[in-house]
Amino acid sequence: MSAVEFILAGMMAAATPFLLAALGELVAERAGVLNLGVEGLMAVGAVIAFIVVYHGGGHLLAFLAAGLGSALLSMFFAGITLGFNANQVAAGLALGILGQGLSALFGKSYESLTVTTLPKIAIPGLSQIPVVGGLFSQDIVVWISLVVTIGIWATFAYSKVGLILRAVGENPKAAHAIGYPIVSIRFAAVTFGGMMAGFAGAYASTIYTPLWADGMIAGRGWIAIALVVFGTWLTSRIFLGACLFGAVSLMGLAAQASGLAVSSQLLACLPYLVTIIVLGIISVDRRLLKLNGVASLGEPFER
Amino acid sequence: MSRSFSTILPSLVRRDRASFAAKLLAPPIALIVTIALNLGLYVAMGRDPMGVIYAMLIEPFVSWASFSEVLLKTGPLLLIAQGLAIGFRAKVFNIGAEGQFILGAIFASAIPIWMPQATGQWMWPAMLLLGTLGGALWASLTAFWRVRLNANEILVSLMLSFVAAQLLNYLLLGPWKDPGGFNFPQSVMFQYDAMVPILFEGTRVNVSLILAAGLSIAAWIFMQKSFAGYKLQVGGLAPRAASYAGFKESWAIWLSLIIGGAAAGLAGAAEVAGPLGQLQRSISTGYGYAAIIVAYLGGLNPIGIVISAIIIAALYIGGDNAMVSANLPIAAVRVFQGSLLLIYLIAVAFVRYRIVWRPTPARSAS
Repeated sequence: MSAVEFILAGMMAAATPFLLAALGELVAERAGVLNLGVEGLMAVGAVIAFIVVYHGGGHLLAFLAAGLGSALLSMFFAGITLGFNANQVAAGLALGILGQGLSALFGKSYESLTVTTLPKIAIPGLSQIPVVGGLFSQDIVVWISLVVTIGIWATFAYSKVGLILRAVGENPKAAHAIGYPIVSIRFAAVTFGGMMAGFAGAYASTIYTPLWADGMIAGRGWIAIALVVFGTWLTSRIFLGACLFGAVSLMGLAAQASGLAVSSQLLACLPYLVTIIVLGIISVDRRLLKLNGVASLGEPFER
Repeated sequence: MSRSFSTILPSLVRRDRASFAAKLLAPPIALIVTIALNLGLYVAMGRDPMGVIYAMLIEPFVSWASFSEVLLKTGPLLLIAQGLAIGFRAKVFNIGAEGQFILGAIFASAIPIWMPQATGQWMWPAMLLLGTLGGALWASLTAFWRVRLNANEILVSLMLSFVAAQLLNYLLLGPWKDPGGFNFPQSVMFQYDAMVPILFEGTRVNVSLILAAGLSIAAWIFMQKSFAGYKLQVGGLAPRAASYAGFKESWAIWLSLIIGGAAAGLAGAAEVAGPLGQLQRSISTGYGYAAIIVAYLGGLNPIGIVISAIIIAALYIGGDNAMVSANLPIAAVRVFQGSLLLIYLIAVAFVRYRIVWRPTPARSAS
C-alpha cells in the first residue's frame, strides 16, 4: 500500500474526533460562548465510552453515555459562565483540567486495556477503485458524522434555528430585544457542544484506537478549537480542516511505514506544528477572521 | 419569555460598588465547598473520608519535614503564577507556561550536560539565567505569532507546550541520554556546583523560594506602583481607551509574554538545578497548568497569589500522601484543582453581583 493510499484510507477515521469536537465548539461559539474545556470533555467522553464497551455495553450505549456525561459536565460550565457571568477563559481552562482529572480518576483501573472496534462498511463499487477506494470503506460513525456535518451546515445556512443562534452570538442585545432568551439559547448551544465533544472522545477511545490510556486525547480537543478558527466559523471549511488534520496525524505512521529516517518525536510534533503554522497563515488576514467571526464571542451577556 | 424565567429563578443584579466582604470571603468559602464536594466523590469511590482529609489537608502542615516539602512546591508555582497573572490582567492569556517551564529546564541543563567537569560557584546562577532566557525565548514565539500574525495566543502557547514536551523526549531518548543510565530517558546527574543552594539545613527548600518571593514583591510594585504596570492594566480593562491614550497593544503582548515565559523558564531551571539534579521526562507535574489555577485563585493579585500558591502546593503534597495512605489516585489532585477554580468563579460572582429573589421588572422591549 502506497503512502497516499494509506493516508486516504485512514484519513476520515483520524479526522472524525477532530470533526465532531470542532462542530460542537462551532455551535457554542456561534452562540457567543468560548468553551476552552473541549480537551477535558473529550477525555471524560473517552473514558465513559471505554468503560461501557469494556463491560459489554456495546458501542451505541457507549456513545450515548459518553455524550450524556460530557453534556452534563458542559452544563456545569454553562451554569457558571452564563448564570454567574464568570470569565469564560478561566472557567474553560478549569473545566479542561477537571475533565482530564476525572477521566484519569475513573480510568485508573482500565489503564492500557483494549476493546474491540467496529467493522468498516464499504460502499460496493466505489470502494474497489484503486488508490482512492479506501475512502469509501469506513465505520458507521464516520458515515453518521458526515450526515451530522451536512445537517449542521444546513441548519446554519437555511433554518431559523441557525439564524437565531447566529443572532444570539452576533448581537445578543438586539436578539434579546426581539424576545429571544439569550441565556437559555447559549446554555443549549454549550450543552450540544459538550455532547459532541463526548462523542469525539468516545470515537477516539473505542473505535479509532480502542484502548484507554491517561492523556490519550493528546491535545486533540485543543486542535478542534483551533479548527473552528481555521474554518473561520464555517462548517465546510471546518470539515476540510478536520480532513487535513486527519491526514497530518497519519503522516507520521506513513513516513515510518515507508522507512523514512525521521525521529518519532518530530513526527509526534507534526499536528501541533501544523496547527501553529496554519493558525498564523489564517489569522494574518484580519478581514477574513472578522468576516465570519462571532462579534460577542467570550463576552458575558448583561441586560 | 425572559419575563416568565425571572419569576422562577433568582436573578443576579450588578452591585453599585464591588463588595469587599464578598471579595475576602470568596476564596475560603470556595475552598470549603470544594473540599466538601471532593470528599463526597472520595466516599463514592469507597475511600475513608477522614483518612483522606487527614492525609490531604492536615498532614502537609503537621511536621516541618512535610511543610518544607510544601514550600519546595510553592517555589515554582509562585514564580509561574506571578508571571502569568501580569499577562492575565492585561488580557494576554499565556497558557503555555508548561512549555516555557520545560524550555527553561532544557536551557539550564545544557551547562552541566555539555560541561560535566566544570566547577565553580558561577554554575548555578548561570543555569538559572540561561533557563530564564530559554523560557522567555519560547514565549516570544507566541508573542511574535500574536503580534505579527494576529494568531490567538491561547492556542499557540498551548501547542508550543506539546512541542516542548516532544523536544524534551527527543533530547532524553537521544543526544542527552545518560549513557550509563540503564536506558532510562534521563540525563546524567549534575555535579555539586550545578545545584542551587539549600535554604534550610535538612530540607530540600532552596534559593528558588527567595526568587519567588522577590518576584512577588516586584510584581506587586510593578502592578500597583509603576506606570508600565498601569498601562498594562488599562490595556486589559479598556483596550480602546488605552489605544486612544497611545498605549500600544503589541507592547503589552510582548511584555506580558516575555515576563511570563521568563518566570516559567526560571522555575524550570530551578527545578533541574534543585530537587531533581538532572533533566528527566517528568520534570513538571503540571506546574504550568496548576499555576493558571493559582493565578486566578489569587484574584490575579500578587498578594493573593502567594496564599493560593501555598494552598495548591499543599494540595500536591497532600495528594501524594493520600495516594500512599488512602489509596487515592494522584489524578484526584487535578480534579480538586479544576473544581476549586470553577467553584471559586461562582463565589467571586458575588463580589460584583447580588442575588435578587423577587422578579426584576423586565425592561420593555419596545
